[in-house]
Amino acid sequence: MFYILALFFYILILLLNFMPKITYKDKSGNSKTLEVEKGLTVMEGAIQNNVPGIDADCGGSMACATCHVYVEEKWLSKLPKAEEGEVDMIDMAFEPKKNSRLSCQLIVTDEMDGLEVTTPEKQS
Amino acid sequence: MEKTDVIIIGAGPVGLFAVHQLGIKGLKAVVIDNLDKAGGQCIELYPDKPIYDIPAIPECTGEELTKKLLEQIKPFKTKFFLNERVNEVNQDKENWIIKTNKNNNFFAPNIIIAGGVGSFEPRKLSLKDAEKFEGTSVFYSVRNKEDFKSKNISIFGGGDSALDWTLELSKFSKVNLIHRRDEFRGAPHTLSEIKKMEKEGKVSLKTPCQLEAIEGDKKIKSITVKFEDGKIEKIDTDIVLGFFGLIMKLGPIAEWGLNMNKKTIQVNPENFETNKKGIFAVGDICSYPGKLRLILSGFHEVALASVECFKRARPNEKYKFEFTTSSTTIKSRLGKK
Repeated sequence: MFYILALFFYILILLLNFMPKITYKDKSGNSKTLEVEKGLTVMEGAIQNNVPGIDADCGGSMACATCHVYVEEKWLSKLPKAEEGEVDMIDMAFEPKKNSRLSCQLIVTDEMDGLEVTTPEKQS
Repeated sequence: MEKTDVIIIGAGPVGLFAVHQLGIKGLKAVVIDNLDKAGGQCIELYPDKPIYDIPAIPECTGEELTKKLLEQIKPFKTKFFLNERVNEVNQDKENWIIKTNKNNNFFAPNIIIAGGVGSFEPRKLSLKDAEKFEGTSVFYSVRNKEDFKSKNISIFGGGDSALDWTLELSKFSKVNLIHRRDEFRGAPHTLSEIKKMEKEGKVSLKTPCQLEAIEGDKKIKSITVKFEDGKIEKIDTDIVLGFFGLIMKLGPIAEWGLNMNKKTIQVNPENFETNKKGIFAVGDICSYPGKLRLILSGFHEVALASVECFKRARPNEKYKFEFTTSSTTIKSRLGKK
């Protein structure tokens, strides 16, 4: 009985501590998969873990387009839609594409476990 | 050569407050900024966005904050050198000599770098070929519109600058306005004017569409654009204008021999001095353990830096800490009785 209970709590703790995995790729194919705390943005996940390729000059205030990433196609529809300000800002990004997003606007949730983003050749 | 006590690089909120903190200590300063107006990111990136974390000001926009700061430093009659970028820094014993891109020279014992994330520069076309035509056929601003008379002009961008110049230049040239999506973020009124011009055949709109190639030898002859559906079109073009907003570039600061940490300058958090005596870094551009990129942190940093600036500018005087509420010297410097 004790073991079952212990196992139960162990699983519960695991579930509570679950951190979604985000994969950051660059144009030349280097890739890094990180566990990013829920509530942080995809940009913050990169900055805090020294992932190169994301500058975030304005610090996440949606004012500079230097945290620009390409989201893996299959994820596009699953992510919350970009608001107008973000789409406007993406106009200014380096080589924007259909699957462009600002990583400072992507707040990590459980559903985003497995998300793959690719950083552009450069940010400015 | 302009001699002063402190050269402030950057006219953002922290650079402006530096003028105040130095001014009340009786120090003279000059301010140099690459933009054409004071305010830095507050004016360039978010003039209308409210800021909620300036102590005692529950809410104000970037523009309002800048205005208030300019008002606060009015008594010091500081000289501003705008549209100028600092290129070189050289040491002359205990002093520093700064040279700008306009060949102005400044001489002072102190430099305060309040450069934010660097100087603002136009974001350029991503196509590599565009570079070799820059200045002859490719431009990112309009200095003299007469240069663009009776030409085939292709304008890229979706904001106000792109829309305004499309309208303006279409008065005497054939203009193509090319944007990567159908929606424009510029003023709707300008857009409807442009649509009118399109009907008259003076402007042609190409969306959603991006630049694919540039053809030409010394000057551009034509450009090739690609629509989202894959359609390719060649457009006769003499002039390409790109309006993609501004980006921040650290620029020459990176080569001054300061200890850097990525794009930031390492400072001593006691006085915000860098590894070079007399060069200080404050605001977003500095880093030290626990650094927060907040305007209010920048204000604190510059207050402390100004004390060290005083000691270097007035080596024979003793620094005396004073409150603005009680010091008659400060009050007279502020023009109050």
